[in-house]
Amino acid sequence: MSKTTQAPKALRGVGNFIDDRFHLAKTGEKNLRKVFPNHWSFMLGEIALYSFIILLVTGVFLTLWFKPSMVEVVYDGSYERLQGVPMSEAFASTLYIDFDVRGGFLVRQIHHWAALIFLASLVVHMLRNFFTGAFRKPRELNWIIGVLIFALAIVEGLFGYSLPDDLPSGMGVRILQGVMLSIPLVGSYISMFLFGGEFPGEDIITRLYMLHVLLIPAILLALIVAHVFIVWIQKHTQYPGQGRSEKAVVGTPMFPGFAVKAGGFFFFTFAVIAGLSAFVQINPIHLFGPFTPTSITSGLQPDWYMGFLEGSLRLFPNTLDFQIFGYPILTSVLVPGLGAMGLLFGALGAWPFIEQWITGDKAAKNMADRPRNAPVRTALGVAGITVYGVLWLAGSNDVLSETFSISLYLTTYIFRVLVFVGPVVAFIVTKRICLGLQRRDRETLEHGYESGTVQQLPSGEFIEVHKESSEDTVAVLESKPVITSTALEEDATDEKGVENPAARKPMGKFRRALAHWYTKDNVSFDGVQAHTGHHLHHSADHGDDKAH
Amino acid sequence: MTENNNNDNTGDGANQRVVGTPTDTADVVTEVPAGAESEHNGPYLASETHPRGEEQQRRGEKIASLWFILAFLGGIGFIVSYFLFPPTAEGPAIADPQISQYSNMLLGGTLTVALFGIGAGMTVWARNIMPHYEVASPYDEMPSKEEEKSSFSDFFMKSADESGITKRPLMRRTLIAAMLPLGIAPIVLLRDTGPVPGDLMKHTRWADGMRMYVEGTHRYIRAEDLENDPYGMISALPALNDEEYPHGISLNDQAKSVILLIKMPEDDWKDGMDSPVREGSDETHLNWTHQGIVAYSKICTHVGCPAALYERTTHRILCPCHQSTFDAADAAKVVFGPAHRALPQLPIGVDDEGYLVARGDFNEPTGPTFWEYAKD
Ligand code: HEM
Ligand code: FES
Repeated sequence: MSKTTQAPKALRGVGNFIDDRFHLAKTGEKNLRKVFPNHWSFMLGEIALYSFIILLVTGVFLTLWFKPSMVEVVYDGSYERLQGVPMSEAFASTLYIDFDVRGGFLVRQIHHWAALIFLASLVVHMLRNFFTGAFRKPRELNWIIGVLIFALAIVEGLFGYSLPDDLPSGMGVRILQGVMLSIPLVGSYISMFLFGGEFPGEDIITRLYMLHVLLIPAILLALIVAHVFIVWIQKHTQYPGQGRSEKAVVGTPMFPGFAVKAGGFFFFTFAVIAGLSAFVQINPIHLFGPFTPTSITSGLQPDWYMGFLEGSLRLFPNTLDFQIFGYPILTSVLVPGLGAMGLLFGALGAWPFIEQWITGDKAAKNMADRPRNAPVRTALGVAGITVYGVLWLAGSNDVLSETFSISLYLTTYIFRVLVFVGPVVAFIVTKRICLGLQRRDRETLEHGYESGTVQQLPSGEFIEVHKESSEDTVAVLESKPVITSTALEEDATDEKGVENPAARKPMGKFRRALAHWYTKDNVSFDGVQAHTGHHLHHSADHGDDKAH
Repeated sequence: MTENNNNDNTGDGANQRVVGTPTDTADVVTEVPAGAESEHNGPYLASETHPRGEEQQRRGEKIASLWFILAFLGGIGFIVSYFLFPPTAEGPAIADPQISQYSNMLLGGTLTVALFGIGAGMTVWARNIMPHYEVASPYDEMPSKEEEKSSFSDFFMKSADESGITKRPLMRRTLIAAMLPLGIAPIVLLRDTGPVPGDLMKHTRWADGMRMYVEGTHRYIRAEDLENDPYGMISALPALNDEEYPHGISLNDQAKSVILLIKMPEDDWKDGMDSPVREGSDETHLNWTHQGIVAYSKICTHVGCPAALYERTTHRILCPCHQSTFDAADAAKVVFGPAHRALPQLPIGVDDEGYLVARGDFNEPTGPTFWEYAKD
């Protein structure tokens, strides 16, 4: 380009005004040129971001009328069916939003749907990052920020769900309080301090409100900003393909391509949430009625993201409870109520470091793994999903028992077994599938893909013609990393026959065993050349081959 | 295509375009020439950009505009729907649940159309008008160079030494000591968020001679009422009449003192009924019943849901939350599920006028089980 282009005058004026004060021309250009890889799975995080924005906006709207007060009033508002019923001001003001504020019902629905979708997109986004190994160095800290966002979002959602003070939401608060009470030594103190006295007291809604609209959103916002900022400076990972490397990220620049696509996607996300809110009603609190601590309806279902906790509370028996000096240790509440959360977030947060410890791989990774190429990680992930899924289903075992007419207790027993058997089966099956896919990849790399054309050889034999794969496919297939671990190298004795001392300690042995488990099953692509129709050693199915 | 933008330096000032006005390119047909690759078509290298053909761009513009018009109509529709149904009125108003539903669908539907239209239009724009290309941008080398690192650490340590913080331990330690109480202060300030538990959770307002109301009413209960009750079970509260509360009883008191009154044939009692109500007590669970009527706390000892489901034939009480199941014929012992302990029992009898009354407080604290529940 020989001519320099210049912005229209008005824009230039604004630009100069800013640049005179902040010296931003260079930084600005660099950021407008920021590259975003194109893949549908990178949009999952965007959904989370957009639904968070929607939550902020609709939440502020709700605060205009919502009264976070537990003062008991006798309802005398527009909704006839509940007139004369004693209820908290919180519940009455939510009815007001529903039946006296135009669009109030809609905004409540949007707020709630956005919360469900926010949590769901967080989960799926997180799974994408897990299965592609995007959490690896240098992105471990951003992974941890992500786990924190996920944990806080669950708490934020639970507190929001509690605010209207309707029957199910009050039950949620009660369960929360019951779980708190089970904490040894300090449980009753925590509960008294949080509730300002006994359950339900007169403070809890006010306090949850403060947490829900101020403290937690502020922390969430800070974490989300940090999260996006880190992605910005570290850049996205990218999937393997032609022209992709560890050195440079390939994709659409921020301006104009990505900006317009992302803008459009924001509107799509919002449209889906608005559509659901218009036509699929959730949390119709006017049908549930106000909270009273003495009544309940069966078949109550919490928001989906609380389901796994509800399920684990249902599954865990009281047989492991015990007493010390007459004080109970309530494993039946502590393990499912707090342990499940701790285990979930602890395991998620620790995994990048565990994996790094097993493999000893300290290199920075910008290329996303194809899940099949990390079979043990992928299988572990699927096993985790299975446990979560079983617990989640167990959270509606009463509904299941009714729908399928099986005894309620039987469902509990089935789930108790499934929670152990399920993940093992899932692990084995997933790993097999991964290895099968790896083998197929090797086939494709060697022979090209099956074209579907059948040919008859002069000998009369029929064969299917293999066609050469595209260069991109070859690049993807050849990108398969070799999974090894430094622990296995330590394994070897040195020339003088002296064993590596680190490898002899129990920790070293443990690590070596893990490393063996992590690397042993892998289809080796050693010596495979694209489209040669053969590879050098056919027996190289074992990772061990690579260790020499 | 930049040539047509009229905002290059060569153009005279008078020709400069104002943001937001349409370009005058619409009538200039620039079919992508075969050699487009060698020309510059955007801010990125020619080899990287693949402009869309003019034909495609034109069609794209039309489709995108259609979407935007639809969105515009949706937006107008939204505002109209807002005014269609007033909050309260003689005619259709959102105070009526049915109308409220319609209003919700109209507002939500039009909003959806508006949002979807914009999203779809923008997507069409990106797909059909913008050139398609991918560019590469290097990842930053993360670790700094060794010189940079050592220079940094030199500077940092020198400056720290200069400040004296490393060489003056007395000052350093006293400063840390000075911070400590301030760090604890915010926690101390939380002390008044609530009372210490003390005995609060161990007693309810049930007392000897106190009558009971059917839950949600102000009707006293007689033993015969249970004979006639189709469920063989009545949920009841102490007959309190606290002025401040619409029900005459606070939610706190409801939460801890609500009971299930259950009547069953006296032959159905199981052995557990003969055991003492508390360790070392000479009263048995059976002593605390009255003519086949037994009163248990309705609040589940697991995490506190009302254990409200009673099956008359099996005498089982089921908590719908996590399905703890208690045997009402056997001192409400846990027969299934996660609850730690039996439902507490309330001693009952009748007064002179034949009304059911409490004979004292529960044998154990009601509600979720907690650390010190078994201690006095
Ligand atoms: C990650 C962020 C958030 C999540 C997951 C979330 C979730 C929820 C949920 C599930 C409800 C119950 C809605 C219902 O009644 O159906 C709720 C209620 C509420 N939220 Fe949020 N919320 C978030 C952020 C916010 C913010 C930032 C504000 C205000 C600044 C806010 C204000 C409110 C208010 C006032 C209510 C009670 C009104 C009502 O229930 O109608 N929320 N929230
Ligand atoms: S609260 Fe009753 S079983 Fe959990």
